[in-house]
Amino acid sequence: MTASAVAILGLPFASFLVLALVRPLRRSGRPAGLLSIVAIAAAFVLALTLLASHGRMEASWSWIPADGGPMATVGVLVDDLTIAMLVLITLVSLLVQVYSLAYLHDETAPALGRYYAYQSLFAFSMLGLVLAPSFVQMFVFWELVGLCSYLLIGFWYDRPSAARAALKAFWITKLGDLGFVAGIVMLWSATGTFHFGTLFGMARQGTLPAEGLGLVMFLIYLGAVGKSAQFPLHVWLPDAMEGPTPVSALIHAATMVTAGVFLVTRAQPLFALTPDVLALIGWVGAGTALLAATMACVENDIKRVLAYSTVSQLGYMMAAAGAMAASAGFFHLLTHGLFKALLFLGAGALIHAVGTNDIFRMGGLWRAMPQTGIVFLIGTLALSGVWPLAGFFSKEAVLGGVWEGEMLVPFLMLLLTAFLTAFYMFRVVFIAFFGRPHAAADHPHDPPALMAIPLWVLALATVGVGILLALRGSAHHGPGWLAPLSLALAAGGIALAWATYQRGIVSADRLVALFRPIDFMARRRYGLDALYVGLYRAFILGFSRLIGWVDRYIVDGVLNVLSAWTLKGGDQLRRIQSGQPQDYVYGMAFGTLLLFVWVQWWWR
Amino acid sequence: MPITAYLVLAALVFAIGLFGVLTRRNAVGILLGIELMLNAVNINLAAFARFHADVNGLVFALFTIAITVAEVGLGLAIVIVIFRVRRTIDADHLTLLRG
Repeated sequence: MTASAVAILGLPFASFLVLALVRPLRRSGRPAGLLSIVAIAAAFVLALTLLASHGRMEASWSWIPADGGPMATVGVLVDDLTIAMLVLITLVSLLVQVYSLAYLHDETAPALGRYYAYQSLFAFSMLGLVLAPSFVQMFVFWELVGLCSYLLIGFWYDRPSAARAALKAFWITKLGDLGFVAGIVMLWSATGTFHFGTLFGMARQGTLPAEGLGLVMFLIYLGAVGKSAQFPLHVWLPDAMEGPTPVSALIHAATMVTAGVFLVTRAQPLFALTPDVLALIGWVGAGTALLAATMACVENDIKRVLAYSTVSQLGYMMAAAGAMAASAGFFHLLTHGLFKALLFLGAGALIHAVGTNDIFRMGGLWRAMPQTGIVFLIGTLALSGVWPLAGFFSKEAVLGGVWEGEMLVPFLMLLLTAFLTAFYMFRVVFIAFFGRPHAAADHPHDPPALMAIPLWVLALATVGVGILLALRGSAHHGPGWLAPLSLALAAGGIALAWATYQRGIVSADRLVALFRPIDFMARRRYGLDALYVGLYRAFILGFSRLIGWVDRYIVDGVLNVLSAWTLKGGDQLRRIQSGQPQDYVYGMAFGTLLLFVWVQWWWR
Repeated sequence: MPITAYLVLAALVFAIGLFGVLTRRNAVGILLGIELMLNAVNINLAAFARFHADVNGLVFALFTIAITVAEVGLGLAIVIVIFRVRRTIDADHLTLLRG
């Protein structure tokens, strides 16, 4: 089992190394892609064998030597949590990499090879993150996935907007990561170990020093806030949509952004000791869910709608974790990973076909692209939480968990979010698929097989998982009225979207007028971007200007004055070189005379 | 005669030569001045050889004379070339090395 766990980690890494080091292969494009796909497919098969074996194991090797045993170890930790993540990551990675072969067929061969090198590196990093048995190793891979996210958002680095979005994503997540690293170091200084198993054991026995634990867990949670795009650090995720769509599907929907939820789930025994931090996680999660949902309602860019929806659903997961129902949140993470990747890849097919992200320039695509329409509709229904798709069960589990965690206000916020989710998703569906055909799109058609197959696989997985859960009558907790209520909310959202954008019974302008303040704020993203820009201008730019002034006028000034003096002195000295031989002879004669005088009077 | 007389004579000749070098503007005149300075050295060499009864000084003087001749030959050749190119041998106008 150790061997297969290490192999899952090693295969994508080997693929990355080969692509990074063998230049001709990387620059050949499609062969590079095939290598990467083969590696991730093998990792997927291995992950399935792990799933079948249902085992738990842990292996570690010493890493940082210190007096009295190694300070940190590296290793692999396999348990149910890890196996579920491994299967999800390798599956979505595999599908996305296959999909990308068709989606990015216009790219030059070297660019495609670079893309697959990054993809392999990402798969390695993400797998390493979930396999990590200690905080330090997790942090290392945590940063690596951040790097891959940066590289892939900025894949089209010659577009200024993409380059800026990549930087924004990198820096804003770094803000949270600072908290994360400070937290784990503080935890280490209190307990002397980074190791999950040891820490959890201490937590169970109550030997964990409780003093300052609240701050430590809050700092660790900050890392999750940045990575999982929680309020107020969620602003990077919508901008990250500048990257290629398959990247958004993989990194910014299914895997990397869920790392924060994974972290909170993994460290649940520790968080359980700090109820204040848990309450904060729950409130922030619910708030993020609602806030992002309102922003998704006013967005016209299909990818950004999905991005806000991802932020919103991440808020759901965090809210569940905050209500001590981390397993429900994790369950939602898994199903969400499937159908959100499906939605993103479907959106990619739409964008590929019509060449625009704006839903108001699509329209009537149901007839032109029936396959895409069906799978997109499946994803949308799942996201809205319609029985018997996967999303219904996980959403209900989250709602039930939050209800039982006795967090009434967050619970109501999540209910409202559920309604809004159905509304904004069906707004996209009705406008893009059923509206009047738009003239701008000339002959849109269903995507090629390489793109269609991943879509169908994900759609079948979404339906299949849902039906499996329905048949098993999953032991969902929560009151009996919850399932009808959440279904009713979803139906209400769908009906409102239908009435507004399909039939025109309710005028969209009237809706806007009704919710004018919210609309006003949501369209301006609640002023957060402006706030950050303002803070950036005021503090960072101000400080940089000050430093620049010091550098220009004080540091450079000293050097400039010195060099000016040297120049001037040289110019003055130049004049004694007259070029007249006799002047030199004068100098020699006079100098000799001086020597004589010196010898005569001052010698000895 | 004491050796001082020879040395004074040599010093005078040397000073006259130096004066010539410094004041002449004509390149040939400068060469003549240099010639005088070299010969002042020869006087010194001969005088010291005589008073120390050592023939080495005379050998040196002979060497100096030979080298002086060579130097004057070269110097005059250079002066002639300069004259051909620049149409002047006035040292005031030969200031190519000015900084």
